[in-house]
Formats: sequence, structure tokens, C-alpha cells
Amino acid sequence: MYFNIKKPHWVALGLVVVVTLVLLKLPSRTAAQVKLAISSLFLPLFGLAGAVQQGVDRAGQALAPRQHLLQELEQLRRENVLLRARVIQAEEIARENARLRQALGWASQMPWRLRLARVIARDPADWWFSLRIDAGLRQGITTNCPVLSPEGYLVGRVTAVGLEQSQVVLVGDPDCRVAVMVEETRDTGILTPSSARPFDNVIVELRYLPGNSALHAGQRVWTSGLGGIFPKGILVGTIVDFRQVDFGLYTEARVKLAARLSALEEVYVLLP
Amino acid sequence: MRLVGAWSMGLVAGGLAAGPGAPVSRTVLTMNWFHTLLLLVAAFIAVFVSATFNGLRWVAWAQVDLLPGLMVYAALNGGLVTVTLLAVAGGVLFDSVSANPLGASVLPLFAVGWVLQRYRRLILRTEVVAQWALGLAASAAVPVLTLVILLNSQSPPLLGWLSLWQWVVKALVGAALTPVWFWLFGRLDRALNYRPQTGTSFRPDREIKRGRQ
Repeated sequence: MYFNIKKPHWVALGLVVVVTLVLLKLPSRTAAQVKLAISSLFLPLFGLAGAVQQGVDRAGQALAPRQHLLQELEQLRRENVLLRARVIQAEEIARENARLRQALGWASQMPWRLRLARVIARDPADWWFSLRIDAGLRQGITTNCPVLSPEGYLVGRVTAVGLEQSQVVLVGDPDCRVAVMVEETRDTGILTPSSARPFDNVIVELRYLPGNSALHAGQRVWTSGLGGIFPKGILVGTIVDFRQVDFGLYTEARVKLAARLSALEEVYVLLP
Repeated sequence: MRLVGAWSMGLVAGGLAAGPGAPVSRTVLTMNWFHTLLLLVAAFIAVFVSATFNGLRWVAWAQVDLLPGLMVYAALNGGLVTVTLLAVAGGVLFDSVSANPLGASVLPLFAVGWVLQRYRRLILRTEVVAQWALGLAASAAVPVLTLVILLNSQSPPLLGWLSLWQWVVKALVGAALTPVWFWLFGRLDRALNYRPQTGTSFRPDREIKRGRQ
């Protein structure tokens, strides 16, 4: 066989254009699986980086002064006593809640099942807010599982699940819209990315609130449970300011997120 | 197969691209499959660093992208096959850890490499200033071209005034790191390749013939 290619640059360009088009036109499910398969090549390096980080943390802990550790221990003991009392109180309230639900014939709420996962990578592209965690199908995680910060604030949702890793889109990403409710007014709206794109992704926009909504700065915003992905009652953030749009038909507010998304090292995934 | 032969030997060695009579540097001549493999490994590590290193993100609210600088090195010192492989592998690896649609980063990387590879005879590739300027242009062009693809796809990205700042930071950091790739691969080249043979001082006309004539 004899090939004589006089213009290899143009041939290579054509080949790459074809490869790009084929990849871009893959069905979303197939593309997600291919992406997860390729990104699993990084798992050994992610594991290595995590081990190094843990080693550094342990070294730092070993160097902590004894006086500081004793103070922290004492503080944690006091906090533990306080939390035990609150758990007893919460258990009593839960029992009462269950009795009342039974009396009214309401369906009982299932307790949350949480799975701790470590953040192993962040999106290298600046125009998305997503990260990767070291838990996947083997740990019981499925697509659309809500993700919380260690403090219990909303972080985002799982969009793609591999065997040992998952991709999480954060609140503020165009792919993560959340149905929320203002605590005092009980008005519901939808969280969308901020059009102003502030630094560090701490501000998002709350849209489609009623025009006569009695908002004020500092009100807390929780998930409303509408939409079917995020359960009701997860703290999202607090209202910073608001304005009326469309000749007073709607109100829009800016919400400061409670979770520090740029500083996440571990997250909790709400299992179904 | 002459196609494979030409691409794996002539093009990779830079001979076809530079023309048969054009002078080719030692680095280009020693470019082989091992170097291509090294470049792919470097792309793998570059993507890993981009996904895990958060220092610049905390300081300047932007993430570093090492692939354009690496592509500048590959285009100036490698062949068309190397550039193509690096663009496809690097782009796919980058998209696999990102929320980008798969393949969105391939064409922008290749476009930069393609242009540089085509006109590399006109570039003073050993000059640090030239490497810096090319790194700046490549690091600025790749995100813009990727955004053009994303804006025409089904998943429009998140853009705002901050994106402009991130673009500037990304371009400047990418430019600063491009000469580092040249330095790093220069060191590797010296460490892993044979030294060029030095000229001998032996002259046959001055040879002392011993013994009886």
C-alpha cells in the first residue's frame, strides 16, 4: 500500500476536528461514563496526594503544644455534655413528632443516611463549580444525591457516579438549581448562579419570589423540598439584599451561602 | 506503510516540517517516541496539578492551566504526530476531571499547536522571551477557543466580570510557566540522550608512521 500525503497538517487538522465532533456528539450518558473511566486513571495520584496531606496533618498535630491540646480536650468535653443533653431533648421531640404524625395520618420522615467523603479534586476550568469526591457506587452513592458540608449546610448534588469516585456540582453552578424557602416569610423561589459572578462563589441569586414578599437582610434560606432532589430543611444561606423586578411582579434577592465552598475538604453525601 | 513511516520518523524528527535543507536543532533531531511519551506523561501530571493545586485559586481566584505551555513546547520541538497526540490526550484528560463536555478542550489545544508547528521556522524558539510570549498567547487563546465551543454547546458556562480577571491571570501564569517546560525538557533531554560526539584532534597527514618503510 502506498500513501502519499502532501499536506499532513491539513489531514491532522481534519482528523482532530472529526475526533472533537465525535466526542462532543456522544450521548450524555456514554460521555459521562467515558469521563469517569478516564478520570479513574488519576485515582492513584489522588490517593497519593491524600496520603501526603494526611501525613502533613499528622505531623502538624504531633507538633501541637500539650497545653493547647488539653484546652481543646476540655472544651470538647463541655461541648459533648451539652450535645448529649440536646440529643435527649431531640429524641423526645422526634418521638412526639412521630406520635403527632401518626395521629394526623401523615407519612413519617425517614432519618437521613449520611456518608462522609473526601474532596479529591476541583474543576480545573474556571467557568464551572464542581469537585470530585472519593466515594461512588460501591459506597451507595447515586446520581442526584444531595451533598452537605461537615456543618450541615447545602453544598450541591452528585451529577456523575463512578465505582470509587463521584462528581459533585456546587450551588452556584448553572447545572445546580435549588428550590428554596425563606424561613420567616415561607416564600419559595429558585437559587440560580449570580449574574455578577462574585469572587469565591459566596453569593447566589434567589429568583421568582412573590412581588409582595416581606424580605429583609439576614433572613435564612432553607431548601423547600420542592423539585424532588433536595430534602426539605437544609440550610442554604442568608439574604444579603433584594430588589423588585418586572414592575414589581417578582422579587429577587442575593443570598450569601452558608457553606464555604472554596475551603471544603470533606463533605457528607445524603444517601437515598 | 509509508504514511506511518513518514509520520513516525520524518515528521516527528521535524524534518518534513522544517524542509529537507533547513537547519534543525539537536533537540528536534533527538525528538522520538520516548519524548512523545514523556510529553503525554507530562500532560497527565499537568492535568492532575490543575485539578488538585488550589494555591492560585485561593490567592487570585483563578486556576492555573499548564497544558497550553506544554503544547507550545511540543509544537516547537516535536512533530505533528506529537502535537496531535498531546492535544487529544491532554484535552480528553482535562475534560474528564472537569465539567466540560468531553472533547471541548481538544480542538483549542490542537489549534494552538497546529499554528505554532506550522510556522516554527520563523520563531526563535530558544529565546526565553519568545517562549514567554508564545506561552502568553497560547494560554490566552486556549480558554477563549474553549469558551467559543462551550457557548455553542448545550451547556453554557458561567461567565461574568470575574472571568475576565481569571483569563488575564491564567494567561500570565501560563506564560510564566512556559519557559519552565523548556528548561525541564532540556534537562531531561541532556540526562536521557546520548551526548553529541565531540570532534577528534587526530589528523591522518600528521600521523607518525613507525617501523621500516
